[in-house]
Amino acid sequence: MELFRDAKIDWLGKKWYFLGFSLIFSVAGVLSMVFWHGIPRGVDFKGGTEMQVQFASTPNEEHIRQALSSAGVKNAIVYPISDTAGRSVNTEVISLPEAPDTQQDAGRAAVEGALGAGYHDSSFAIQKVDIVGPTAGKQLQKQAWLATGYSLAGMLIYLWFRFELIYGVAAVVAVFHDTLITVGAFSLTNQEITLTVIAAILTLIGYSMNDTIVVFDRIRENLALSRRESLTDVVNRSINQTLSRTVISSGLTFLTVLSLLVFGGPVLRGFSFALTVGILIGTYSSIAVAAPMLVAYQDWRKSRGKVATLPAKRVRA
Amino acid sequence: MSQNLKGKTIAIVAVLVFFFYGIFGIPHGLTPSALKQAITERIKLGLDLQGGIHLVLKVHVEEAIGYTTDRDRQRLEADLEKAGVTGASVHKVDPIGHPDQITVSGVPLAKASDARTVLTGTDYTNYNVTTNQDGSETLSMKQAAIRDLQTSTLSHTIETITERVNALGVSEALVQPYGLGENEILVELPGISDPSKVEDAIHNTSKLAVYAVVSGPYSDDQAAMAALNGVVPPDDMLVHGNTTPNAPDQVFLLERASQVEGTDFRDAQPSTDVNGRPNLTFTLTTDAGNRFYQYTSAHSKDSATPGSMAIVLGGKIKEVASINSAIRDRGEIEGSFSKDEVDNLSLMLRTGALPADVDPIETRTVGPSLGLASIHQGIIAAIVGMLAVMAFMLIYYRGAGINADLALFLNLVILLGFMGFVGGTLTLPGIAGVILTIGMGVDSNVLIFERIREELRSGKTAAAAVQQGFGHAWITIVDTHVTTIVSAGILFLFGTGPIKGFAVTLTFGLLANLFTAVFVSRTIFDAILANKERGAELSI
Repeated sequence: MELFRDAKIDWLGKKWYFLGFSLIFSVAGVLSMVFWHGIPRGVDFKGGTEMQVQFASTPNEEHIRQALSSAGVKNAIVYPISDTAGRSVNTEVISLPEAPDTQQDAGRAAVEGALGAGYHDSSFAIQKVDIVGPTAGKQLQKQAWLATGYSLAGMLIYLWFRFELIYGVAAVVAVFHDTLITVGAFSLTNQEITLTVIAAILTLIGYSMNDTIVVFDRIRENLALSRRESLTDVVNRSINQTLSRTVISSGLTFLTVLSLLVFGGPVLRGFSFALTVGILIGTYSSIAVAAPMLVAYQDWRKSRGKVATLPAKRVRA
Repeated sequence: MSQNLKGKTIAIVAVLVFFFYGIFGIPHGLTPSALKQAITERIKLGLDLQGGIHLVLKVHVEEAIGYTTDRDRQRLEADLEKAGVTGASVHKVDPIGHPDQITVSGVPLAKASDARTVLTGTDYTNYNVTTNQDGSETLSMKQAAIRDLQTSTLSHTIETITERVNALGVSEALVQPYGLGENEILVELPGISDPSKVEDAIHNTSKLAVYAVVSGPYSDDQAAMAALNGVVPPDDMLVHGNTTPNAPDQVFLLERASQVEGTDFRDAQPSTDVNGRPNLTFTLTTDAGNRFYQYTSAHSKDSATPGSMAIVLGGKIKEVASINSAIRDRGEIEGSFSKDEVDNLSLMLRTGALPADVDPIETRTVGPSLGLASIHQGIIAAIVGMLAVMAFMLIYYRGAGINADLALFLNLVILLGFMGFVGGTLTLPGIAGVILTIGMGVDSNVLIFERIREELRSGKTAAAAVQQGFGHAWITIVDTHVTTIVSAGILFLFGTGPIKGFAVTLTFGLLANLFTAVFVSRTIFDAILANKERGAELSI
């Protein structure tokens, strides 16, 4: 069985469609981040207390709220979580705004006390409590930005060293594009970005880079073989030659991530969602963003009367 | 089979056995439960899977600097007097903004050189001495001394918390420095799900100290400030607290430097006083005993300057007592303590007091039932994902699919075996990392197989195509692995607990993949080709 045998698709001829497609999604995401949901931050970054409480029978949210307010617990947000199929699992998330570092446990104790005293519909068990104080929230946020930044910078340097600077720049732009669209998807669907989501985004940076490198490697190889051919043709041919691999590999990784999204449980929901979106976009961007950028750059150099800078030499691994 | 091929096969089998040992050790039986037990003995589960508490504590090391300069200020005052420098005043001008500075002013001109000798003497080598425009001298603690103090405060805090946590009976607790130089401590307590118990042990009962009372009580801060004409003297501080349970807080003006601190106690035991109230008997270290004797004899009620002292616990006054007689190294502390407080306090004093206050800045608790559910879901997701990938490889690449599936299986064995050998911790995101490894690992096989197909299409023989395919794909595989491992490495540096677990499995998985997808897969191809006639077709 073979997919895409001898594909001869003119990818670069479609670059304006790609540009349009990427723009629509990035702009939609950015608009949502700026004007609509913002970047929804999970408890890890915004701080506060988040408790996951499982009830013995279907919980009555109204009674929960009454129990909380009569015990003087203010500003609590109560919402249910369900499994992937949308079925109720009798579990509610109760979250409280940030409290000072010196009385971290107070919120949790107050909620536990309030439910114990005022909720009589069924018994309950606290499954998970996350309390993040103002100091830690800020720190985690800083770490997330730093990690993402270092990751992108690391990739740029590696590609610079292995190929040419412009390859690195093109790949990093493509990966940045993926990150932006993925975060945009979180904003559009109003899902919270937590620490595990950041981990997924970093994984995505590595993964999307994979796809781009496979195409770039082939471009480099083909350039060494046929110096006469125009760059556009070489890039098109390289994308087509690696198309089977790109589609199959991404498809298989997508399958595993999908199984994580469906079976992995609610704790990993955001993580799997980020990877599901990211792998689709990452595969698309290595063909539709990184490679066209490379060609566009060489065209621009040519228009200024300079020779193309492309590595034809194969560096031995 | 050629000699070379035989050697490679033996090597692969040896690796397989080696890493199986990594996963299971030597199991006590082959029943599922015995195997399960063997695995869990070698691969630890993270807090998110087995339940427990993850705490990040901020250590206020700047307090330790303040305590040290308070002590030194007191000592300096005495030393100057001893050297015959009278009339000098020794103060901390800005105890909040610059806890590291002590200022000496008002030294009579005739005594300036004597004072200078004391300041630059061997007792104060931790300080830089600068002369101000108005003739006063400022001692500021040297950067190196501050750093040393911070490090020792942090490690002392870690030791103390470890002892306290162990006293709670938590097995396999972890207490270690955390963050990137932020003076924080990570505490992980597996199997504990009630944070209040831990809070009590670590946080609430933090620092115990005895201070000399300057004046008070006042009803509140305003009253105190009014009595002090609006300025708290630089070497004193206002502290709240009450001496009878449930009474409203009062405010006292205390000396900033303590007379006795938590670290000065050698032993402490709970007991009761003559009225049956819980109290605490203590023994001080020799040094502290001598110091305490000097103070208490100078200020006992029969002396010229009778005084009282305040017992402060965790920043709140618990008792203010007049000094009946001089105390050396044995005494009792009475106050508005509950029985629990006294029990806890004596434990804290015995195990050593914290050198600085700590505050939790992050608390995460996972109950055991959620952990179990997470394991269950993670394993199902892993199995489904793996079966889907394997099935696809078989259908799409036929014979070569078996090859890829074998490599994938070995990849998984090496990954888990590695975790077993290094005592790695498996977290829920870690399981996700295993699943991703399956998806990403198979990429190497796809790259190679697609390349072999290409080479076959261009008319090469099976053997040549295999050789070319591996050769060309190898560089690409290295490049793609490096980028993902760079990402994972950064995650490992910046991530915490569960995330670190993810970075670890992903990195191990991809490293193992270099071996399985390239070396093992190649050996299988070679074995197949060796058994075929020249020019026979390859199932790919």
